[in-house]
Formats: sequence, C-alpha cells, structure tokens
Amino acid sequence: MNVTVTVNGVRYSRDVEPRTLLVYFLREHLGLTGTHVGCDTSTCGACTVLLNGKAVKSCTVLAVQAEGAQITTVEGLAQGDRLHPIQQAFWDEHGLQCGFCTPGMMLAAVDLLQRNPNPTEEQIRHALEGNLCRCTGYQHIVNAVQAAARAMSAAVGAPSGGE
Amino acid sequence: MIPATFEYVRAKSVREAVSLLQQHGGRAKLLAGGHSLLPLMKLRLSQPEVLIDLGPVEELRGVREEGSSVVIGAMTTHDELASSPLVRERVPLLAECAAQIGDVQVRNRGTLGGSLAHADPAADYPAAVLVLDAQMECEGPAGARTVPVSQWFVDMLTTALRPDEVLCRVRVPAQTRGQGWSYTKLPHPASGYSLLGVACLLSVDGGTVREARVAITGVGPKALRLPKVEQALAGKPADEASFAEAAKLASDGLDATDDLYASAEYKRHLAAVYTKRGLLRALERVRQ
Ligand SMILES: Cc1cc2nc3c(=O)[nH]c(=O)nc-3n(C[C@H](O)[C@H](O)[C@H](O)COP(=O)(O)OP(=O)(O)OC[C@H]3O[C@@H](n4cnc5c(N)ncnc54)[C@H](O)[C@@H]3O)c2cc1C
Ligand code: FES
Ligand code: FES
Repeated sequence: MNVTVTVNGVRYSRDVEPRTLLVYFLREHLGLTGTHVGCDTSTCGACTVLLNGKAVKSCTVLAVQAEGAQITTVEGLAQGDRLHPIQQAFWDEHGLQCGFCTPGMMLAAVDLLQRNPNPTEEQIRHALEGNLCRCTGYQHIVNAVQAAARAMSAAVGAPSGGE
Repeated sequence: MIPATFEYVRAKSVREAVSLLQQHGGRAKLLAGGHSLLPLMKLRLSQPEVLIDLGPVEELRGVREEGSSVVIGAMTTHDELASSPLVRERVPLLAECAAQIGDVQVRNRGTLGGSLAHADPAADYPAAVLVLDAQMECEGPAGARTVPVSQWFVDMLTTALRPDEVLCRVRVPAQTRGQGWSYTKLPHPASGYSLLGVACLLSVDGGTVREARVAITGVGPKALRLPKVEQALAGKPADEASFAEAAKLASDGLDATDDLYASAEYKRHLAAVYTKRGLLRALERVRQ
C-alpha cells in the first residue's frame, strides 16, 4: 500500500505493508534513525514525533494512518547548523546522559511549548509524563525545557515570564 | 512487536464504514485512534483480518451545542475534548476526565468513541458519561439508534454496540449552573490507567444535597453508578460528615476484582476514600 508523507519538510512516497508502524517506517524505510524504539509498548515515549504538530508515540501509529500528514522528527529540529532552542537548552542544561530518551523528550517539549510558551515546572512535568528517562532523574530535563521557553520567548520578543 | 498481517481500508463516511463492516462480517474491526487496538494487535491478542480506518470520516469529528446538550463526534480526541472551550464551559466534568487520561501522546491520538466502544474496565470516560446521563448515537445497516448510557456497558470489553454498528456521537446534557462536579482518579503508576476513578455531580439547595450522582470505574469488570451512595446523600446536609457516612456505602456489594497491582479488598477500601474526596471537590465547585 502506498504512503505519502512529508517528513521534516521533505515529501516521501513508499510502498509499505499496512501493518508497518510509523516508527519503523521512519527508521527503516526512510533511514531516519533519530527516532528511537524503547519499549515498543506505548509506554516510554522514546518514539515520540510530531504528527501534524502534535506529539504522538510513533510505535502506536500505523504508517498508513499518517497518509498525507506533516511529520517532524528530531532530525527536523535544527536549521542547518543552528540548533533548535530546545536542543541548545538540553545541551546547556545537561538535559541528557545517554541520550536515548532525548529525541522523544525534545519533541514532547516542543508540543508543550507550542501550546504554552511559559509553562510552570508542574506543567512541564505533567507534559512529559509519557516520556521515561532512565538516567537523568528528570530535573535537568525540566531545567532545559524552562531554558528553552525563556530563549524562545526572548526570540519572538514576548515578555519572558517567571516560573 | 509487529501486528499480524491485515488488509487496510479507509472509510470516507459512516455509511461506507457500516457497509464495509457488513461486507467483512466478523473478520473486520474499526480503527479509531488505535491506542487500545494497536497495542493488542502488536501483542497478537487481537488479529483482525481487515482494519477499517475511521480517520478520514469528517462527520465523526468535532463538538457542537444542540439545545441544552453538547454533541461530541466519536473521533474527537481526548486532547480536543480537554481543550474545547465549549466542553470546558458546558460539561467541565468531561473535560476534567479527558485531561487525566494517560499522557499527552495518548490524548493526542485516543478518541472518545474508541474508549467507549472498547469499554476497558480501567478506562476513565465510563464513570463520567454515566453520571452525565449521556446518549450513545450509533448507526448500523438498519439505520440510526440511540442507546442510553445506563444500558451501554454490558461487561468487561463488552457494550450494547452491535458488530455491524458504528458509534457516531455522544450526546451529553450540559451541566446546570451551580452544579458541582469532579473526576478523581488514582492512576496506575506505570500505565496511567485508572486503578479507580470516581465521577461526581452534585446539586445543592441551601446547604442540602438535592441530587448526587456518583459513578466508579476501574474496580470491577465495568463502570457503575453507586445508587446506594446517591440515595444516602439526597436530602442530607452538604458537608463532610454526611459525605463520609454516604461514602462508606461505596464498597457495599461492589464487584471488585483482584489484579496484579491491587487486591479487591484494597480497591473496595479506596472506593470509599475516593468517593468522599470526589464529593468534597464537587462541593468546592458548588460554592465557587
Ligand atoms: C500508554 C497508554 C495509556 C493509556 N491510559 C489511559 C487512561 O489513563 N485512561 C483511559 O481511559 N484510557 C487510557 N488509554 C487508552 C486510550 O484512551 C485509548 O485511546 C482508548 O481507550 C481507545 O480509543 P482509540 O480511539 O484509541 O480506539 P481504538 O484503539 O482505535 O479502538 C478501540 C476499539 O473500539 C472500536 N472502535 C473504535 N471507534 C469506534 C467507533 N466509533 N464505533 C465503534 N467501534 C469503535 C475498535 O474497533 C476497537 O475494537 C491508554 C492507552 C495507552 C496506549
Ligand atoms: S517505543 Fe513507543 S512508547 Fe516506547
Ligand atoms: S538520558 Fe538516558 S534515558 Fe534519558
């Protein structure tokens, strides 16, 4: 069955079995291995991508369900050599150790910051409930999301709110 | 984990979905958000030969007001429900319930119709729609049919929906001004599903409970109203003492099941604790 999707601004068309999960479509058919498979059971969030702008677990979506959709993976965050503010913030705030959960964490954080540019710590923790990290203990991830929120608000000239 | 092979078809309308269901008999299943069905298919606990995707069916989306009811398309996602200004204004109990389901990613995909058709014993919506007295609007080969929610949940994973029917809309009477509400759940720490969840609607007149509706999900095979608690509250002072007294009846005759996480006895204990908590939160909102 044919699937046509736009991933990180590039249109791809491929023939797949209907049972192909979106995460394997991205990794194995398109070679975009930045999206990770952690649990394969809808629990860990490592496979999180943006599907038409919203964070989803791509191990729990069929590639054929994404027909016609716009998808953003971690490979689509940076603009050339310029890291996305969420990537820069994860770097600056030590938001990762092994990095396995990081692509999914960052895309879940982007979903949050689109809805709520100035989230409180509690709102950040709530928004990342679907993403598990075995290394960091989460505090540095929360710090990174707060730093990204400040950087992004400053960039659009909006008043940067307090926590 | 990869599902067994299946044929995939996209329905463009409810009528087309119904005729596809008829054509394929018991070999086909409808696909909504896929957040109950795909995990089961990956574990090969479910192996439909044909999947009929409701994703493209526009008529199943969206929320609108009709008279004193809010009508919600079956394909409306948990996130759309939780953030809909109309739902938050007219049926805030349902918005509060939707916001507590799973996590963001699950709420971005899972749908109201999928959850109510699946009837997972640990799902959250069932308790909310029971106290709201919702109507389930279905369509099948013989035409449209409305099932009151009191007749919807039959048993674990079993509803009044017929195999060749589509659940199209859920019609929810708007909450009345001054009514208190709450959805209070104890999430399973790993899955986020409800170990138990309690929905309350509370009408108070001059400090006296005029009507209380309470339903519980997660403890047994299906969600239930708690008529003994409701009756014990009617006409009583709206205060902590009468809530505590009535909440004791929550576990009375409650069909609780043991699971890996909690014993039936513990769940019965929690039923009383969460019923009282839920009533107190509903009362705070009466006063607001
Ligand atoms: C990690 C995780 C955590 C979760 N946590 C929670 C939670 O805390 N609380 C909770 O309530 N749920 C939870 N869920 C379940 C989630 O809410 C599901 O999305 C929901 O139960 C099913 O909706 P769906 O749209 O995904 O349905 P699907 O999985 O697509 O379908 C489920 C079943 O319903 C049938 N069906 C779907 N739509 C219709 C229709 N319109 N008419 C007739 N039949 C239909 C399908 O054929 C299928 O049998 C969780 C799921 C996951 C993966
Ligand atoms: S791999 Fe998808 S949620 Fe873990
Ligand atoms: S950094 Fe290792 S899992 Fe999160």
